[in-house]
Amino acid sequence: MIEVDELTKRYGSQTAVDGVSFRCEPGTVTGFLGPNGAGKSTTLRMISGLTTPTSGTAKVLGTAFQRLPNPGRQVGVLLDASAQHSGRTGREVLRISAEVLGVDRRRVPELLERVGLPPDAARKRVGNYSLGMRQRLGIAQALIGDPSVLILDEPANGLDPEGIVWMRGLLRDFADRAGTVLLSSHLLHEIEAVADNLVVIGDGRIVAQGGKAELLATTGTVVRAPDPDALYDGLAAAGLSPLLNADGTLHVDASPDEVGRVAAGLGITLLELRAADGGGLEQLFLTLTSTEAPA
Amino acid sequence: MTAIAHPAPFARPSLPRLVRVELRKMTDTRAGVWLLSLIAIAGVTAVGVTLVAGTESDQTLDGLFGICGIAVALLLPVVGLLCVTGEWTQRTALTTFTLVPARGRVVAAKLLAGCGLALTALLVCLVAGVAGNLIAGGSWSLDLARLYGAALYMLIVMVAGLSVGLLLMRSAPAIVTYFVLPAAIGALTQTVHSLRGPAEWFDLGRATAPLGAGEMVAGDWPRLAVATAIWIGVPLALGLLRLRNRELS
Repeated sequence: MIEVDELTKRYGSQTAVDGVSFRCEPGTVTGFLGPNGAGKSTTLRMISGLTTPTSGTAKVLGTAFQRLPNPGRQVGVLLDASAQHSGRTGREVLRISAEVLGVDRRRVPELLERVGLPPDAARKRVGNYSLGMRQRLGIAQALIGDPSVLILDEPANGLDPEGIVWMRGLLRDFADRAGTVLLSSHLLHEIEAVADNLVVIGDGRIVAQGGKAELLATTGTVVRAPDPDALYDGLAAAGLSPLLNADGTLHVDASPDEVGRVAAGLGITLLELRAADGGGLEQLFLTLTSTEAPA
Repeated sequence: MTAIAHPAPFARPSLPRLVRVELRKMTDTRAGVWLLSLIAIAGVTAVGVTLVAGTESDQTLDGLFGICGIAVALLLPVVGLLCVTGEWTQRTALTTFTLVPARGRVVAAKLLAGCGLALTALLVCLVAGVAGNLIAGGSWSLDLARLYGAALYMLIVMVAGLSVGLLLMRSAPAIVTYFVLPAAIGALTQTVHSLRGPAEWFDLGRATAPLGAGEMVAGDWPRLAVATAIWIGVPLALGLLRLRNRELS
């Protein structure tokens, strides 16, 4: 459980995060989506007690992160996979975390195995790791305390496609076992594939949030005819204000039932008639976060 | 209240645990191993050179131990300094302070780990002194004042290194400050006559010199206290303040 309430961070006259509020429930994956520089990392750092908010509060498991006695046992945090000592081996990094948290050392090889770092990779120094390997090590570090909450900043960065699929499975499984996951990304497809809920941030402010299905639902109908112009005129005459798409289909702000009836009444053949699918989150993301509308 | 037989699973990490972790972090990196090896070589070399070319009074347990201590104390504080600055230059602060949000506790653990390392180094010097004297065949008497003095000296330079590291939070500037500033002050006070009097109070090198040599007299202690306050108290206090307000990223 994560509760963020009116979180604000100002640096001088610049407001990096502006009155951000959202909740993450156990059993769900929340995607924190926004372009680079939108305030995602600052928000996650404030939740994790690394940055003091100018105003507002963030609670993890009902309390401020800094007040958790042994936070690593309850909350797994991965904010930057590259922030590791280059002269330490991957296994040593995990051993240190295990030691701080008071976790059985035998979890170290187990976790290395689980995140796909075989023994020969674990013996290498982190300085020789690819970003993908560092992400895997960071995930292992976040998981070592067996937490019930995960906070991950751009965990898919640097992972190969196989790694990305693996990560999705891991997060889904974590949430299905009543865990709470908050992960950020600037890549829409990452979030779309795994998140139940979405929080979209642009320029420090939340521009949309809700269930994925809810945010994706759009109204309207897509219809295609051999002669788009005739259909366009017919629909316009029926008072339905159609829009012509680049691919020759028409988007109409009405139900498929209505559109079909108008076409039938005019004797126009239809090649396609369906509810609009909204074009995925991409459209939503672009619409909501772009400050300057493309010409 | 019911008695708890074993620690609660989410009990905060104890200070001894954090000290163990910090000691481990000082020694588990490639840079750490190199630095400690270098320090050991310096100590052994000092003993070796004294055995070959030292005066008769140096070729005793007391003398060899003292010389080894001075050689080791030269670089040892850098281990402490790097254990603080490394958190920023290697960016491990992000993990360290996420696992232990009480920043002061981490600093306390680092200070205690540094002191532990300093006392361990002292023991190693004692062993080196004994080994050297087995060869030299000099006097076996060990002046207790020198032993305590050397211990205090080792602790002071180590904590000073940690404090400068905490204040500056970056390796290169901290190392330069730790070595160059005292040398510059020393040179300045040697050349500028009017500074000689005050220098005894703020030059840590001069204030600690009798300590390392085991020749502290009553009047030396206030000077040592003042110099220590300047070189440890001030950077440590400012460093803690800086750390408390600092955003970690």
